[in-house]
Amino acid sequence: MFDRYMIVGEEFKNVKSGGEVTGFQLGLRLPYYRGVVLSLVGDMVIKVDGEQVPLEDMSVTVGGKTFPLSGLVKETVSKWEFGDIGILTVKKPGGLKPGEHKVEYSQHMKISYVPNGFWGSDEKTLHLAA
Amino acid sequence: MSDSNKIKRGVSLYSFQEEYFLRKMTLEDILAALADMGIHGIEIIGDQMIPGYPDVTPAFYDNWHKWLAKYNHTPVCLDMFLDWNKFDGRVMTFDEKVESVKSDIRVAHELGCTVIRVISKTEPEVLAASAEYAEKHNVRLGVEIHSPMHFDHPYIQSLIDIYEKTKSPYLGFVPDMGIFVRRFPRVIWERWVRDGMRPEIAAEIVKAYDTHTGVAEIAETVKAMGGTAREIGASHTIQHFVDANPKRILDYSKYLFHIHAKFYEMLPNYREYSIPYEEVVPIFDQAGFNGYISSEYEGNRHIQDAFEVDSREQVRRQHEMFKELLHEA
Repeated sequence: MFDRYMIVGEEFKNVKSGGEVTGFQLGLRLPYYRGVVLSLVGDMVIKVDGEQVPLEDMSVTVGGKTFPLSGLVKETVSKWEFGDIGILTVKKPGGLKPGEHKVEYSQHMKISYVPNGFWGSDEKTLHLAA
Repeated sequence: MSDSNKIKRGVSLYSFQEEYFLRKMTLEDILAALADMGIHGIEIIGDQMIPGYPDVTPAFYDNWHKWLAKYNHTPVCLDMFLDWNKFDGRVMTFDEKVESVKSDIRVAHELGCTVIRVISKTEPEVLAASAEYAEKHNVRLGVEIHSPMHFDHPYIQSLIDIYEKTKSPYLGFVPDMGIFVRRFPRVIWERWVRDGMRPEIAAEIVKAYDTHTGVAEIAETVKAMGGTAREIGASHTIQHFVDANPKRILDYSKYLFHIHAKFYEMLPNYREYSIPYEEVVPIFDQAGFNGYISSEYEGNRHIQDAFEVDSREQVRRQHEMFKELLHEA
């Protein structure tokens, strides 16, 4: 439905903590036509330059709160609103090298009236500033 | 305002999902655009444009009522979902499902809506258990009849059974006009071709739908033509579309609460490419329906790769058609 808007390149950058580059971040939108509680946001598969990011290294910030990806199944109240850009933060000491990176994102949505839910996906080549 | 015995025109704000999603239009922008077009019946999807739904803030209600007054709009319908799968490792209990419907009823009441579009597949017993509460809040619960279902589907018939037993005038239906797709939508197969489907394969799939021949076997046909896995996968789409007989509406007149006027592509001559509204609208008139026919534009997802989506123009064209078919001066 909104697959082509899922990866938001403007938010792509390395993140620092205490002077060290600790990882990188990416803007994401869900492919579905309504906002959902986070427990209905299913498996999230992110690949950068062909390499899949481990689940335990990802967290997402939506509505001003940050959640580890592995804990979304328990969030039955907090919502990811329709069209909102969530900030995905990936733990990766040293971050990514400046320059072009191929980013792939597939998202499973657990939608009650669709048997087995559905998947949306997007792929973009993004530039990481130095 | 319109004559109370006539069909009235409205819009589901779903029609503007592309612009809202991309933050090109706010909720108020959409309400203002509809007022400019002379459209005043409003339907809203809680989970789409009401932050925090169903926990709606007093500030949202204040703005909503301020905007309705400012633009002279009538709140008509709230669209709900039943997320029975939201808990980790278990499904909702019956009581939790009823409670979920009751929270939708409370919100609809606060918004001023008198109909809720109930998501398809909601259990009939859950609706029966919610009917009294709905009546208390003067909100009618209409289950959406959405393709590939139509009036004769066992689920719809099971609802009618329980409606007959319950005898509550607050339980009924919201038919979606996507059950009257006569010609396969052009915007869908043109997108397939842009995405790499060979035109002769697309033509074969569309022919099967339009002539009602070989729909069940379409995957085999495409395979025999040397179709790729992707072409075969897309071919199944036609099995989810329905070309029901619009006259069946007459059998269910007393249960009609609201109409979802689904559309894929309004042409410059004010006709929908795939749905024969000129046949369907007069039948609702004949059925004595006097609620709202509510635009539901769903073409955006099929054209957004190649064209600028203009939901406003698509809605405008549909309402020009409605005015003609409803004999509005």
